[in-house]
Amino acid sequence: MTAATASAPATVPVADAHKPTFGRLMLSEWTKIRSVRSTVWSLAILIVATLVFTALFIQMGVANWDKTDPSQQAAMRLDPTGTILGSGILIGQLAVLVLGAMVIASEYSTGMIRASLLAVPKRVPVLLAKAAVFGLLVLAVGEVTAFGSFLIGAPMLNGKAPVALGDPGVLRAVVGCGFYLSLLGLFALAVGAIIRHTAASITGVIAFVLVLAPMARLLPGTVGEHVHAYLPTEAGFLITQQHPRVDDLLGPWQGLGVLALWTAALLAVAAVLLKRRDA
Amino acid sequence: MIEAKNLTKRYGDKTAVNGLSFTVEPGRVTGFLGPNGAGKSTTMRLLLGLDRPDGGEATVNGVRYSDLPQPMRVVGALLEARAVHTGRSAYDHLLCLAQTQGFGKRRVEEVIDQVGLTPVARKRAGGFSLGMGQRLGIAAALLGDPAALVLDEPVNGLDPEGILWIRNLMKSLAAEGRAVFVSSHLMNEMAVTADHLIVIGRGRLVADCSTQEFIERSTEQSVLIKTPDRERLSALLRSHGGTVTDTEEGDLDVVGIEAPRIAELAAGGGLVLHELSTRRGSLEEAFMELTKDAVEYDAGVPTAGGVK
Repeated sequence: MTAATASAPATVPVADAHKPTFGRLMLSEWTKIRSVRSTVWSLAILIVATLVFTALFIQMGVANWDKTDPSQQAAMRLDPTGTILGSGILIGQLAVLVLGAMVIASEYSTGMIRASLLAVPKRVPVLLAKAAVFGLLVLAVGEVTAFGSFLIGAPMLNGKAPVALGDPGVLRAVVGCGFYLSLLGLFALAVGAIIRHTAASITGVIAFVLVLAPMARLLPGTVGEHVHAYLPTEAGFLITQQHPRVDDLLGPWQGLGVLALWTAALLAVAAVLLKRRDA
Repeated sequence: MIEAKNLTKRYGDKTAVNGLSFTVEPGRVTGFLGPNGAGKSTTMRLLLGLDRPDGGEATVNGVRYSDLPQPMRVVGALLEARAVHTGRSAYDHLLCLAQTQGFGKRRVEEVIDQVGLTPVARKRAGGFSLGMGQRLGIAAALLGDPAALVLDEPVNGLDPEGILWIRNLMKSLAAEGRAVFVSSHLMNEMAVTADHLIVIGRGRLVADCSTQEFIERSTEQSVLIKTPDRERLSALLRSHGGTVTDTEEGDLDVVGIEAPRIAELAAGGGLVLHELSTRRGSLEEAFMELTKDAVEYDAGVPTAGGVK
């Protein structure tokens, strides 16, 4: 028996020394996220896959430049930043989706959620602290990834579509790309919190991004255009464009705002369900 | 002090806990007994705010668990189903729980040491045996040095040494003035650990009394007699109000007359006795008898100790 357990408190202690404050919950969530391998792996895959595919696709684009359709050449000249970020990030983001869904759904599949909720029976602060820590972590790694992707792609594209960080819209696009990844991760986290099953949540978010979103493009008329434009990934990724295209319904910040609204709405649903459902 | 008032929980059309009321007092080990499916785990989940009751209320020191400002200081819990991320080390598991209410690394190391997991503290919890998993769960329960402990089937998966350890731990925690509420489906285990018993069957209260009282009340005393004068002795005892049955071995089993009186009667009648011994029915049998009508899955054949 240790000294601490021998003190035998028989009543509720009056001191507030051990209240679960938001700062403490964030520290706890940081310990959780850094102490499982899936975090390290997913974030490593985000960086490596993005950089490799950036180099690969830009290399292919440059090699096939002369065979490329003139309208596409013009589009790349107009928006080299979007071309660079659109090549690698779209692959790398899958790792963020997987990690986002897993970071909360794995608590349910392993039973850890019960320990978490015993420690914090108010429940919702656990979700918010987890979202805050995960969002900040992905933001930091996402910025590294976005800048890395740009710094690899820009010199390769230099002969065909020159671009520099100082050009108008470029810094906003690259920095914004990190925010896009962070919000996308939170979107997946909210889905994971709602579905509460690792495999199902991962399948859900990936299917949404890779299957449902492209399918929305096939919807006829302006309804289809609007549905497609306001989908979270489609709208959010507009932030990576150096210059808005003529047929875009939303500006870059508006697009990111749409993704933020989607994420906030899903997190709100997740919070309500967390409060209501038996754990 | 843990209190359940008219606690009710339904899953679909099945009522898992049905109007259950009881109190768990500090300073003693309260055993929570019932066959499997009786609603023990559900009751504990209701106490801990993991499930929402359909009726009634569960409070700790007069407050609902979810309203406790410092939950880990007040209640420590071990749940039957594991509540550990398999990919995280024991140390990190306890650390992330400790950090939610500002307990430091030193406290984490203390509880790891207390449950004897120091050599494997940095190993992933997924590789732990059932017994090590239970120890980790108990370490988590002890983290906040709580005033009350809620332990769901803590001896599950423990080896004999581990069982002895948890028994002594529970007793010493109660001796320090804490309320210890421990569930089990094994009557004999509770008989040696618990001071007080709350027995449920099919979600309803069956008994709420001290362990001693439960044992005395529920185990019938009988006297076994070996005698060459079987016919005459049994007639004599029957005439004095005893209930006599012949055993398979050809001996007599008497209920209703105590052994000294039987000896006197036999001596008075000039009958020879070869053996005279008092027997108590087993606790496990008494427990099964008590919850007989309340066992959810009746296997048909009563197997002592095997009712899980």
